Amino acid sequence: MKKLMMATAALALTAGTAYAGGHAKEVKLGVLFGFTGPIESLAPAMASGAELAMEEVTKSGMLLDSATVTPIRADTGCIDNGLAVANGEKLIAEGVNGIVGGDCSGVTGAILQNVAIPNGMVMISPSATSPGLSSMEDNGLFFRTSPSDAREGQVMAEILQEHDVKSIALTYTNNDFGKGLADAIQTSFEALGGEVTIVAAHEDGKGDYSAEVASLASAGGDILVVAGYLDQGGLGIIQSSLDSGAFDTFGLPGGMIGDSLPKNVGPDLDGSYGQIAGSDSEGAAIFAEQAKALGFDGTSAYASESYDAAALIMLAMQAANSTDPAEYGAKIMDVANAPGEVINPGELGKALELIAAGKDVDFQGATGVELIGPGESAGSYREILVKDGMNTTVKFR
Amino acid sequence: MDFLNAIVALTNFVMIPAVAYGSQLALGALGVTLIYSILRFSNFAHGDTMAFGTMMTILFTWLFQSWGIGFGVLPTALLALPFGILATMALVLVTDRTVYRFYRDQKAKPVVFVMVSLGVMFMMNGLVRFIIGPGDQRFADGERFIIKARAFKEMTGLREGLAIKTTQGITVVTAIVVVALLFWFLNRTRTGKSMRAYSDNEDLALLSGINPERVVMYTWLIVATLATIAGVLYGLDKSFKPFTYFQLLLPIFASAIVGGLGSPQGAIAGGFIIAFSEVTITYAWKKVLRYLMPDNLDPDGLVQLMSTDYKFAVSFAILIIVLLFKPTGLFKGKSV
Repeated sequence: MKKLMMATAALALTAGTAYAGGHAKEVKLGVLFGFTGPIESLAPAMASGAELAMEEVTKSGMLLDSATVTPIRADTGCIDNGLAVANGEKLIAEGVNGIVGGDCSGVTGAILQNVAIPNGMVMISPSATSPGLSSMEDNGLFFRTSPSDAREGQVMAEILQEHDVKSIALTYTNNDFGKGLADAIQTSFEALGGEVTIVAAHEDGKGDYSAEVASLASAGGDILVVAGYLDQGGLGIIQSSLDSGAFDTFGLPGGMIGDSLPKNVGPDLDGSYGQIAGSDSEGAAIFAEQAKALGFDGTSAYASESYDAAALIMLAMQAANSTDPAEYGAKIMDVANAPGEVINPGELGKALELIAAGKDVDFQGATGVELIGPGESAGSYREILVKDGMNTTVKFR
Repeated sequence: MDFLNAIVALTNFVMIPAVAYGSQLALGALGVTLIYSILRFSNFAHGDTMAFGTMMTILFTWLFQSWGIGFGVLPTALLALPFGILATMALVLVTDRTVYRFYRDQKAKPVVFVMVSLGVMFMMNGLVRFIIGPGDQRFADGERFIIKARAFKEMTGLREGLAIKTTQGITVVTAIVVVALLFWFLNRTRTGKSMRAYSDNEDLALLSGINPERVVMYTWLIVATLATIAGVLYGLDKSFKPFTYFQLLLPIFASAIVGGLGSPQGAIAGGFIIAFSEVTITYAWKKVLRYLMPDNLDPDGLVQLMSTDYKFAVSFAILIIVLLFKPTGLFKGKSV
């Protein structure tokens, strides 16, 4: 037993030194998304987006001492705080230099509080949109490439008003994200003089939503706004409403926009509308092309934000000339915003070169990144109309 | 006229969905209750057995569709169902041989079995996701509605629509047929009687020459059938997603326990109690009352007893009340 202990200790020591030796040459980034759970259908494209940026940087050989960037995937379960925190700690133990994630707002808050802040780790979330995260004390360690839902509420209220909607029934998925978004939509819509007939939560992962739909139908309203997830309760609510003839038209905020929704619901969804964070920057198109070449869907929700999140970490490392989160964290806002040369997807190598030469860059990335206030995206939105079973873009706001 | 409108609204939003959901829960709970009474443990893998059966049925449905075989107005999945059941039977028998039999030979305590079934649950969970993936699968084809809400309005001139989906009709009819067959089997056939004897008193049953391995095998075969049928009906009516099936375990167990674990009648009653309580107690009566009350008494609020957030609390409150005052469940099952 004693010998075994000695051997293990010795092995651990040598392993430790081996890692330390390789440190300058290897940058590890955690990719902490919900590969299982409510958004498990979005997570693979998001992870591929983040890894695309890392691969691009590794290939360019321009990061620091021509370091290779290795992604380490880990699961948040999207709604499982325990799992998310445990996996966050696992990433720290594996010696990551930054974390791309988490994804859903609730777990992101938990990882931030329990893992990132105690360990001084920088994390950039591509998809956590809860307004609560804006005001959370983060020691300058937390950023997001998606806008807060407070902004989305305003945009949604404007879109509803333009469609001449006077009253809405509102249902949300019962978590931080859903509640925050529903509050934002309700306040903004009421401020514009609209009426919200009912605000009801629904739980994800249940197949049967007749009770919720019964109440929503009873309250009535011109349309039903579903602040949920397209793979989860949101889909169930829409299907059940259509089946029982409760509502014909739906308002679809960010979590509900994805190719699978019109495909699953069918022609009945035509005429429903909504919005999702996105921009008409040329970066979006370039990214979509790159993604297509690699065999994943670059227009899948939050895939482009994930690319940007990973890219920002690496550019900031270059700017700080360090992989230490305490040092490069402060540089993230610098590389994300003007002034400087505009950087689109596929130009990370060039960006790294410019930074190394001491020049400024303005990373636009796949979503036209512009970080404001507490390190979150300013928020341009793509207005979506479901037409002929497809999500079509009406315009950008 | 207003009275009719009120009735139709109530039927459309409360009665029909609750009856369909109740039938699906009842079929699921029957499987759980059979395992509990004959094999004497709570099978946590039941939700995932349903998922596996549904997945196999979906795969066969796709195969048939690719061959151009359809079932007219009915979903093709009904044709594929027997094959799904066979595949599930094979799976549960293999699981029983490789896993449960070992613990049965050891005469392991029920709680050990529960933990083992938890392990089996995770294995099946992974297996299903590995084969068909974690995403949503819709496999209902054929005619979608028996009556459409809009068509009903035009037909009757009422302001409220009434929609009955084909899948809801199929669910109820299938549930009745399956339950009738099951009760006939348990009460009238030799094997059914030996299963009941084994459940009532294992030692006496063994003394009278009943082969325990046969009883166990038949139980698994019936459970596989029930689980696959329940899963396919649920998937046709809503959609198939592994995560949802895993979550379905809770209401199914609630149904089985409220009715009395081990009692088939109880499982059916429990299924409907849970389904109706989820839908009715949280229902907002505004619409119905507006039809029934004179104009000047129109309700302003939603007239909702409690918000739908609490619908699961309702079914579990019922569960706790039943366990407190009638620990054996409504139909005198075994005490838990």
